[in-house]
Amino acid sequence: VPDPAPTIAIRKVRRGDLDPIVAIDATVTGLEKRGYWKSVFQRYGASRDAGRQFLVAESGGRVVGFVIGEVRDWEFGSPPCGWVFGIDVDPVARQAGVGTRLLAAICAAFRRAGVRKVRTMLSRDNTLILAFFRSQGMMAGPFIPLEMDLAS
Amino acid sequence: VKLQVNTSLALFSVLEFAQDPTRHISAAEIAEKYGVSPHHLAKVLSELTRAGVVESVRGVGGGYRFAGNARRLTLMDVIRLFEDFVPEDAERRERRAGAPGAKRQGGASDRESPQAAEGSAQRFQLADRRPRRDPGERTPVGRALNVVLSEIDEIAKATMSSITLATMLRLVERQQRR
Repeated sequence: VPDPAPTIAIRKVRRGDLDPIVAIDATVTGLEKRGYWKSVFQRYGASRDAGRQFLVAESGGRVVGFVIGEVRDWEFGSPPCGWVFGIDVDPVARQAGVGTRLLAAICAAFRRAGVRKVRTMLSRDNTLILAFFRSQGMMAGPFIPLEMDLAS
Repeated sequence: VKLQVNTSLALFSVLEFAQDPTRHISAAEIAEKYGVSPHHLAKVLSELTRAGVVESVRGVGGGYRFAGNARRLTLMDVIRLFEDFVPEDAERRERRAGAPGAKRQGGASDRESPQAAEGSAQRFQLADRRPRRDPGERTPVGRALNVVLSEIDEIAKATMSSITLATMLRLVERQQRR
């Protein structure tokens, strides 16, 4: 893992960050979801709840990545733990430790909120991000996601 | 997932080499450490060399050394060199496509680049796992069992594809500290 670039700053998201966040997400997923990101900002960015975190990475005055998560209590029978449910880095800013810095920052926030465990979930086809989380020390957890199609 | 002996040997060897890419390690040293014959190991190292994962160094102090990128090479990349992955036959794909929750899947050759293979939605299975038509495979019970076994295959594949050698070396370090 390379040393994090010294010019990267991690801070709380601001309303003015929405445009680059929407752009990064659209670049990576191929789908622009402005309405979704506005609601995510309202719920996590504008929240004063220490358990809700929406952080961005800034480099050279530009937002190059973000991470979102929250502390959830007793869901799935689990004691309170931090969940990371969104992390992304602008493809042109990758391989510089941005993701590592973002994850470290949200983990620190979760620790301050009083939890000692962090979880995430992602598609098993997404080997790039799976490999990233594993490189940070994450292993398979004790839960198994299940799903089914609902009959029409 | 049960790996063949050669596959396990390849993983042991690659991790030994990747721990110190500058160091030349002889086949005999690895063979002794893992209790296998140098002759047997030589075949494994030959395949790893052919694939460009390691390179042989001749002369005094020669041996093999790591030639890959530990932050990019995954366990699956090494496993693929030694395990025969066979694509599902068309009939089985059709069956799965009709199964609840199943999606029709396209595919690519199993010998494409790791990135391409990972991007492929086609399911591969270890050839030594279910290489033959099992008795009862065409029955409803057999088909249901296949759906369950497919889940395990998919999870195993995702796990092996997401653990790089660099990550694995950190796991090794953690085990050494225990």
